[in-house]
Amino acid sequence: MSSLLVESPGLLTSVQDLGRPEFGPQGVSPSGAADAVALRVGNSLVDNEPGAAGLELTLVGGSFVFPEGAVVALTGADLGAAVSGRPLEMWTSHALLPGAKLVFGATKDFARGYLAIAGGVEVEPFLGSASTHLLSGLGGFKGRALWKGDVLRIGKPAKPIRRKKISQAALYALKPRKILRVTEGPQADWFTEEAKQVFYRDVFRVTEESDRVGLRLEGPALAGSASREMITEGVSLGAVQVTPSGQPIILFVEQQTTGGYPKIANVIGADLHRIGQLRPRAEIRFERTSLAVARSLWIAQERLLNSTEQLFG
Amino acid sequence: MRFRAASDQSILVYLGEEIGPAAHERVVKLLRLLQKERPRWVRNVQPAYCSLLVNFDVCLTDHTEVEATIRGYEQRAEDLRATKARTVEIPVCYGGEFGPDLEEVAAAHGLKPSRVIEFHSSATYHAYFLGFAPGFAYLGDLPAEIATPRLATPRKKVPIGSVAIAGRQTAVYPFPTPGGWRLLGRTPLAVFRADRKPMGLISIGDQVRFSPISGDEFRKLERG
Repeated sequence: MSSLLVESPGLLTSVQDLGRPEFGPQGVSPSGAADAVALRVGNSLVDNEPGAAGLELTLVGGSFVFPEGAVVALTGADLGAAVSGRPLEMWTSHALLPGAKLVFGATKDFARGYLAIAGGVEVEPFLGSASTHLLSGLGGFKGRALWKGDVLRIGKPAKPIRRKKISQAALYALKPRKILRVTEGPQADWFTEEAKQVFYRDVFRVTEESDRVGLRLEGPALAGSASREMITEGVSLGAVQVTPSGQPIILFVEQQTTGGYPKIANVIGADLHRIGQLRPRAEIRFERTSLAVARSLWIAQERLLNSTEQLFG
Repeated sequence: MRFRAASDQSILVYLGEEIGPAAHERVVKLLRLLQKERPRWVRNVQPAYCSLLVNFDVCLTDHTEVEATIRGYEQRAEDLRATKARTVEIPVCYGGEFGPDLEEVAAAHGLKPSRVIEFHSSATYHAYFLGFAPGFAYLGDLPAEIATPRLATPRKKVPIGSVAIAGRQTAVYPFPTPGGWRLLGRTPLAVFRADRKPMGLISIGDQVRFSPISGDEFRKLERG
């Protein structure tokens, strides 16, 4: 049995897979990797199933030892990973020798880096998923972020691994953006025309109070709905809800599953992974699109992610 | 039945426009039918007071087809028989450090705190749905005499086990989460435990009652 030793955990490192999407009736939110696309590509690079569990590193990575060696890939944000002082190229697979120590630093670009390991990280699944729900302390490794001294088990790789590298075209198609595409939210008509104009025109800043539960934004107040009390209803991943103070919040992977604030918009499926790469103080804008366009963007992205030819060129 | 796109991959099905047993019975029945005869594109269903949020695989279908399929379920869902409700009793230590908003709620209604406690613990509540966080049950209806709106700015962390109210609703916080409800007290019981079956103390459709306990009883139950 192979293992991974956490020598230092970094700022916030947790075990994540693609989450548990089907437990709404129990009040359980999907959780899973904040940038699911980066995790999936990482898994493809090391010949794992797309939903194998890997590590999600936030803003500042730690250091990890592989006593038995491993094949790994780094995707998402560039946290300056190196082995014995030698930088490790991103978005490509690498064979690490027994005893190798993988050391990360602070991010050079985006919010979250992913470490995919051939064979995947093995933990006791909770409701069919290995992902950590940090807010409620469920799933993942002991329901929490990793600590110094933790030892994780690594599964047996399915097959011998060929070295792979992502194509430039795929990397470009999947890259983070600061203009998030949205469709109209279910209460869009509760907001005044002016508020909607402001929402689609002005720049919003991601505040420090942003995490896997949600991203609080700072910007011009959005008027409109304060006088109406809403009946609590289910909320979608990426919903942009507006509190009575007029500030929008993007609901994210560890989101509440229902909510009582009106939603002006919803980030489209093809841009959800891009939310996971927004750092505090990032400046973003929203661009309105139609359900039909959002659907075709999603289908194209899924096709890319499922095609080894397109992904690796 | 009214439909509204919630996102590019989900649709809200509204089965009523008012919180109450009638709309909720329709929600529960449609949920049961969707669980029993699950279309292959359903990824998640989130029930609430008057609505179901249906999340679907957009590679297999689109909003138009989802709406048409669910309309086709409407009549058969209504014809399902209702299931018998279970009763859950929850001990609560009201006020003091456990219920920091009790005095303010009382003042807002011109009541003594003890009257607020009486109102809250004399009603039998219906568990409308679980949402917000694992095991968080939305209970109603709170007596109109103590109904109070949410806080304008939510607390960043509500202590685990807090018993709270918002509008005509009441609930128990299963985890220390952010929250905008007003805190009246706290229960020593574990509301959600992954190693227990069922994991949640309260399930959709349960009848729930709160019983006042002292600080001493709280500590005793907390240890037990």
